Amino acid sequence: MFFEIKDLSIHYSTGGNTFKAVNHIDLSVEKGQTIGLVGETGAGKTSTALGIMNLVPNPPGRIVSGEILLEGKDILKMSKIETRRVRGNRISMIFQDPMTSLNPTITVGEQLSEVIRVHQKASKIEATLKAKEMLETVGISGDRYGEYPHQFSGGMKQRVVISMALACNPELLIADEPTTALDVTIQAQVLELMKKLKNDFDASMLMITHDLGVVAEICDSVAIMYAGEIIEFGSLEDIFDSPSHPYTVLLFGCVPDIDSDVKRLTPIEGLMPDPSRLPEGCHFYPRCPKRIPICAGEAPVNVEIGDGHKVKCFLFGKGAALN
Amino acid sequence: MSENPLPLEKENEVYSRKSWWGEVWGRLYLNKMAMAGLAILIILVLAAIFADAIAPFGYDDQNLNETFLRPSLSHLFGTDNFGRDIFSRILYGARISLTVGLFSVSISVVAGGLLGAVSAYYGHMTDNVIMRLVDVFLAIPGILLSISIASALGPGLMNMMIAVGIGSLPTYARVTRAAVLSIKEQEFIEAAVSVGASNFRVILRHILPNCLAPIIVQATLGVASAILVAASMSFIGLGLEPPTPEWGAMLSVGRPFIRDHWHIVTFPGIMIMFTIFALNVFGDGLRDALDPRLKR
Amino acid sequence: MNTLEVRNLKKYFKTPRGMLHAVDNVSFTIQEGKTLGVVGESGCGKSTLGRTVIRLLEKTDGEIFFEGQNVSDAKGKKLKALRGNTQMIFQDPFSSLNPRMTVSQTIAEPMRIYKRGGRKEIVERVRELMETVGLSQRFQDSYPHELDGGRRQRIGVARALALNPKLIVCDEPVSALDVSIQAQIINLMQNLQEQRNLAYIFITHDLSVVRHISDEILVMYLGVEAERCPAKELFKNPAHPYTRALLSAIPRVNIHKKTERVILEGEITSPIDPPDACRFAARCQYALDICRRREPALTEIGENHFAACHRVGEAL
Repeated sequence: MFFEIKDLSIHYSTGGNTFKAVNHIDLSVEKGQTIGLVGETGAGKTSTALGIMNLVPNPPGRIVSGEILLEGKDILKMSKIETRRVRGNRISMIFQDPMTSLNPTITVGEQLSEVIRVHQKASKIEATLKAKEMLETVGISGDRYGEYPHQFSGGMKQRVVISMALACNPELLIADEPTTALDVTIQAQVLELMKKLKNDFDASMLMITHDLGVVAEICDSVAIMYAGEIIEFGSLEDIFDSPSHPYTVLLFGCVPDIDSDVKRLTPIEGLMPDPSRLPEGCHFYPRCPKRIPICAGEAPVNVEIGDGHKVKCFLFGKGAALN
Repeated sequence: MSENPLPLEKENEVYSRKSWWGEVWGRLYLNKMAMAGLAILIILVLAAIFADAIAPFGYDDQNLNETFLRPSLSHLFGTDNFGRDIFSRILYGARISLTVGLFSVSISVVAGGLLGAVSAYYGHMTDNVIMRLVDVFLAIPGILLSISIASALGPGLMNMMIAVGIGSLPTYARVTRAAVLSIKEQEFIEAAVSVGASNFRVILRHILPNCLAPIIVQATLGVASAILVAASMSFIGLGLEPPTPEWGAMLSVGRPFIRDHWHIVTFPGIMIMFTIFALNVFGDGLRDALDPRLKR
Repeated sequence: MNTLEVRNLKKYFKTPRGMLHAVDNVSFTIQEGKTLGVVGESGCGKSTLGRTVIRLLEKTDGEIFFEGQNVSDAKGKKLKALRGNTQMIFQDPFSSLNPRMTVSQTIAEPMRIYKRGGRKEIVERVRELMETVGLSQRFQDSYPHELDGGRRQRIGVARALALNPKLIVCDEPVSALDVSIQAQIINLMQNLQEQRNLAYIFITHDLSVVRHISDEILVMYLGVEAERCPAKELFKNPAHPYTRALLSAIPRVNIHKKTERVILEGEITSPIDPPDACRFAARCQYALDICRRREPALTEIGENHFAACHRVGEAL
C-alpha cells in the first residue's frame, strides 16, 4: 500500500473542553488513485488533512493516536527535518483560498521558483526555467512570470497554487476544497486541469470537499465523514449508485439534481453534534430516521457489504440480524 | 421544521438572561484586573469626595517653618516648598484632576466620536470637509491647540476643561472614523437600511455599539494625557490659579526640587500613575465585557 | 398582478479608471407569488441588480414599478413604504446580523421602526415569527455568535418577514451553508412563499438551486442579460452560448450521465466602459466579426424566451 492512515484520532482541547475532531479513521490510497473525502463543516476533513501533513496546530490540537504511513514509514514518528522533506517533496497540499495562499508582494514566478529551489536544490536559472514550464502546464503563459498575484484572476491564482503544489512532482496531493471559492466555469477549468495532471503525473490525490458533484467528477473512491468518523467508504459507483449509510442517503437528498425535478428537498433534521459532546453510540443516531434501539448504546463498527464497500451502521451485518 | 422525536436538547427551556447591564456586569466581575482597577477608581473618587473629612490639613495651609519635610507620621507624604501637607493637597487635588480628566475626555469622545461617525457614514463631501478640518487641527500639537483655545477663553476650570477636550478631539474623530468605516461595510448595516432604519438609528444603534472597543481604549489613555495637559496649562498660567491643588501642577511646581526633595514630585506622580493604570485595566475589561461575543 | 416591473435598469459606478457598468439595460417582471432566479458568476452584477431594484442602491437610469406604481424616484414616506414591502435576505449569516443585538431584538427592529403595534404586540409577533421560521423560543435572548449558520439564516428570514413584505430579494441565501442545512432553508423559503404568496428574486451562482426554486431565470453576464426564460425552458433549450457553457460546467451528482463540457477560454472583458460589442465575445467559441463590433439586442426567440446573441437563430 502506498499511503495509509491507521486509527488516526485528533483532539483539540480548549478551556477544559475536548473537541474530538477526528476519531479513529482508517484510509488507504493506492498509487495513482484519487480518493474523495466528503463531509459537512465540522466533520473533521481539514483536521485530517492537517494531520496527514503533521501540521495540526499544537496547542490546542493533538494527534492522540494513529499512524500515517507513506510507503510503510510513519510520518508522525519522523524527525522535523525528515517531515519537512516529505512535505512538499512527496506530499503537497492545496488550500481552499487561492487569494490568501499567495504573497501579494512577490511576483507569481518568484514564488513558484522559490518552492522549486527549496525542494529540488536547483540553481536560480534552472528554477526559473522550471517555473515557467510549470505555469505553461497549468495553462498560464510563461510570459506572466514577472506579474504579481493581483494581476491574476481567481481561477488563475488557484492554478498557480496548483502548479506550486505540483512543482516538485509530489506523489500525494492533498486538495482541501480547491474549487469552492471559484465560479462554476472556472471550477470546470480547474477540475479539468487536475484530471489531466492526475493522469500525466500519476500522482495520488486526496480530494477534500463537501460537493458531491466535484467528487463524481474526479474521484475513484469516496469516504464519507461525519462527526470525525468515516461512516461509509466505497468506490465511486458503490457510493453514488447504492449509498447505504442513512447519512449518505440523506446527503444525496439534500442536493437539488440539475437534471430532474423534485417539489421539495429532503433535508437532514437537526444539526451536526458538538464535537465536545458527541452522543454515545452512533454519532448520527439523533438525526437518523432509521435508528433502532441499539444505536443509542453501542458504537457501530465497519461492516463490509460489498467488495471494498464498508459501512458503519447497525442496519447492516450484526445489527440487521437484531432488527 | 419538525422536531426530532428523540431530542437531545430540551427544546422548551428558555435561556434565562439577565438585563443587558446585568450581563455586562457579570462578565466584568469575572475579570480580576478590571475589578482591581475599579476598586482603585472607587477609592480615588471616595477620597476626592471626602477630602474635607480625611485630610489632616487644608490644601493651602502654609507653614514656612516646616518646608521640605520628609514623609513622616504627621505628614504622610511630607511637605512642599511652602510647608503645605502633600497628602492633603493630593486628596483635594483628586477632585480637580479627576474632574478635568473625565470631563475633558467626555467632551472629546462625544464631539470627536460624532464627527468621526458622521464623516465616515456619509462619506464623499461630508467626509472630505470634516476630515480636512480635523487634519488641520491634527497638524497643530494638541497642547498648543489647547493653549490657544484656553488663552482665548481665559483661565478657569471650565474653560480649561473645554480647551483640553477640544485639543484632543481630532484624535477621537480619526479613531472613530476608522472604526466606523470598517463596520459600515458589514451586511447588517445594509440589512438595517433595508428594513427602513433612519441614518440616525443606523449610526446610533448599529454602528457605534460595534466601534466601542478602540474608542474606549483611546479614552482611557486620554484621561491620563488630559490630566497632564491640564497640568502644563496650569504651569504656564492658563489653567488654575496657584494655591489650587492639582496633581499635574504639583508635579511641575516640585520639579526644581527633584534632586534634594524627591517626595514632592513622587507622590503626585504615583497618584497619576495609579489613576491611569486603574483606568486602563478597567477600560480594557469594560471593552471586553461590552462585547457579547467574548463570553467566558 | 405584477409585483415588480423593471424597465431598462442601469446602474453604473464611478471608478478612477472610468464608468463601471454593473447593471446595463436589464428589464423583467415578477408576478405575485413567483420566483425570478438571477444567475451569473461573481462580478456579473447580480447582487447590484438585486439591491438596485429595491432601492438600496440609487439607479443610474431606468424605471422600477412596484405593484403598478412608479417607485423609481420615490422619496421620504413613499420610499419608507416601499422598504416595508420589499425586504432582503443576505448571503452571509455571520455578517448580516448585528453582533450586539439579541435574536428577538433583531427580529423586532423592523416593527419598531415602522411602529407596528406596541411593546406587547411586538413581543408576541416576534414569538410567532420565530415559530414560523423554525427557531425555538429558547433562542430569543441569544446573540448571533452563539448560534450556527442555519439558525442565523433563519433569523435573517424572520427579520425579512417581520413587516409582511410582498417581495424578498434573496442574495445567495444558502451559499454559505452546508448542504443539509441548505435544504432546510430552501424548503422553509418555499413553504413561506406558498403560505404568503411572496415574490422572490433569488440571486445565486448555484444553478441546481436556482432550477429547483425558480419560475423564471435571468442569466447575467457582465451586467447585461444574456438570457431570460422560464426555468424549465432554460435547462431544456439553452440558447445563449454562455448559458450552455454555464450549464455544462456544473459538476453532476449523476455519475452515469456525462455531459460534453464546454471549457471557456480567454479573458473576461472589463466591465469598465465596455465597447459596443457582445461582452461574451472574447470567451465565446462561436464569436464572429459582428459580435466584436455590435452589442446584440435581447430578442424573443420563443414564448417568453429571450436571448442576447447575434447567432441565436443558427443551429450551433
